[in-house]
Amino acid sequence: MAWEIVVGIETHAQLRTKSKMFSGASTAFGAAPNTQACAVDIALPGVLPVVNAAAVAHALRFGFAVGAAINRRSVFARKNYFYPDLPKGYQISQYEMPIVAGGTLKIVLPEGEKTVRLTRAHLEEDAGKSLHEDFQGMTGIDLNRAGTPLLEIVTEPDLRGAKEAVAYARTLHALLRWIGVCDGNMQEGSFRCDANVSVRKAGDDQLGTRCEIKNLNSFLFMEQAIEFEARRQIEVLEGGGRISQETRLYDADRGETRSMRSKEDAHDYRYFPDPDLLPLVISDEMLAQARDSLPELPDARRGKLVASYGLSHAQADLLTASIETSNYAIAAFEGAPQARWPDMANWISGPLSAKLNESNLDIGASRVAAAELRRLAQKVEDGTLSGKMVKDVLDAVWAGEGGVDEVIGKRGLQQISDAGAIGRIVDEVLAKNAKQVEDYRAGKDKAFNSLVGQVMKATQGKANPAQVNEILKARLTR
Amino acid sequence: MSLSLDQIHRIAQLARIAVGGEDAEPVRERLSRVLELIDQLQAVDTTGIEPMSHAMDIVQPLRADAVADSEQRERFQAVAPAVAGGLYLVPKVIE
Repeated sequence: MAWEIVVGIETHAQLRTKSKMFSGASTAFGAAPNTQACAVDIALPGVLPVVNAAAVAHALRFGFAVGAAINRRSVFARKNYFYPDLPKGYQISQYEMPIVAGGTLKIVLPEGEKTVRLTRAHLEEDAGKSLHEDFQGMTGIDLNRAGTPLLEIVTEPDLRGAKEAVAYARTLHALLRWIGVCDGNMQEGSFRCDANVSVRKAGDDQLGTRCEIKNLNSFLFMEQAIEFEARRQIEVLEGGGRISQETRLYDADRGETRSMRSKEDAHDYRYFPDPDLLPLVISDEMLAQARDSLPELPDARRGKLVASYGLSHAQADLLTASIETSNYAIAAFEGAPQARWPDMANWISGPLSAKLNESNLDIGASRVAAAELRRLAQKVEDGTLSGKMVKDVLDAVWAGEGGVDEVIGKRGLQQISDAGAIGRIVDEVLAKNAKQVEDYRAGKDKAFNSLVGQVMKATQGKANPAQVNEILKARLTR
Repeated sequence: MSLSLDQIHRIAQLARIAVGGEDAEPVRERLSRVLELIDQLQAVDTTGIEPMSHAMDIVQPLRADAVADSEQRERFQAVAPAVAGGLYLVPKVIE
């Protein structure tokens, strides 16, 4: 029997702000415990929350980026539950009236594009951290993270299976970083997903009972957890059982999900509007500012790289992995010979990316400036460098040997394009390799490549390959 | 609207308030009276009236995103029942 796996994703994206959602405490990661937890964050009596304007602006930017409706009036609500890392006994969130409603995100799958509908995105605060290692038989609480601004982004149950869910999460992750609202650092918990998973028989229009898998903080775990959970549900149903709605945790070490709490003791959060906070009203100015501060979006940028810069779709995808990479590429293209743009795209996603990864650097910190990449393209275009020499020069510039011109000068990398000089070397190689010449004339094409290789070796790779081919062919057919 | 004793126990449990045997009935009566007042309010026809989320008809002022708090961990932790290595200690929580 064919089963369909249905997934909806809730993402908690930490918003890129200096201070917290409702207080002036710092949000910087990694401080000593409780040194960034102020009176508001630890819920001392008499304190009042005040909304961070930058968090609101980030939410608006996200709303525009996904084509959502912005609620000009939204309301903060208290979500009540008891846990020691939530000092107030409630989390300030948004419930009935979120700031962002609807919207869509387009994802790319092997079989084509798919549009995922978003339900909503709302502002809320993060909780603190419980450390369950043994502290004199007690639990340790660090409230540095308490009050950190989050945008919770919720999808409709539009995703079919683990692969689609991961494609969505990756696309959302890239978009949030692109528009600068979230740093996307998954190790530090800046981007965490919950997956609602259910299964139904293919063709059913009713949704099955769902289970929620909490706190998936890597794409790999997300894929494994959804696959495991769907298999588990199918086994239960095929064995004649029923799925009970519950929250489950993914245990990466065991590769399985297990029940965290069932519906019977599921939390009844008793949401109500927070009397400490007034309605959040978005002015025309705030809207205009958010819209104007939005960069060109990934889709538009990809289209531009294909249409205006003549790149392939695959190249455009690689260069739009981040906004910084695409900005670097466009900066390098400007003023470089147009015929070399596709080559330059390959240099960026090939040898330059390799260097960046090796040194764990972002492209913004590249040791080869965009202007140097442009110079490299000019040197290939005017025949000074062969395509083969590009990587060596790029590596040398990276290593600090100087700019492109300096490296070419110092290393004597000038390509040999003098037909007379190449001809003399070809003659030497032919004289020394009578066997290959004979083989070639007997119809063995491979022998030709071997001869080209010998010439390139004799010139330390500096001979112009097109000319070598031409001269060699002429000599051999004489 | 009248509440049942089961509902009282459930609400008390959610709010982590101890409402023991003899206390339950008086709490049930008082809470039921509050709900009767709400029933009266709900009898009013509010068609076309935009719901308010706050008693005051003003909007939320916003704060510029700047770090404004000096670190006061020592002062805060001076009144905490148990601390260690900068952490607040609480009775063991088991998931």
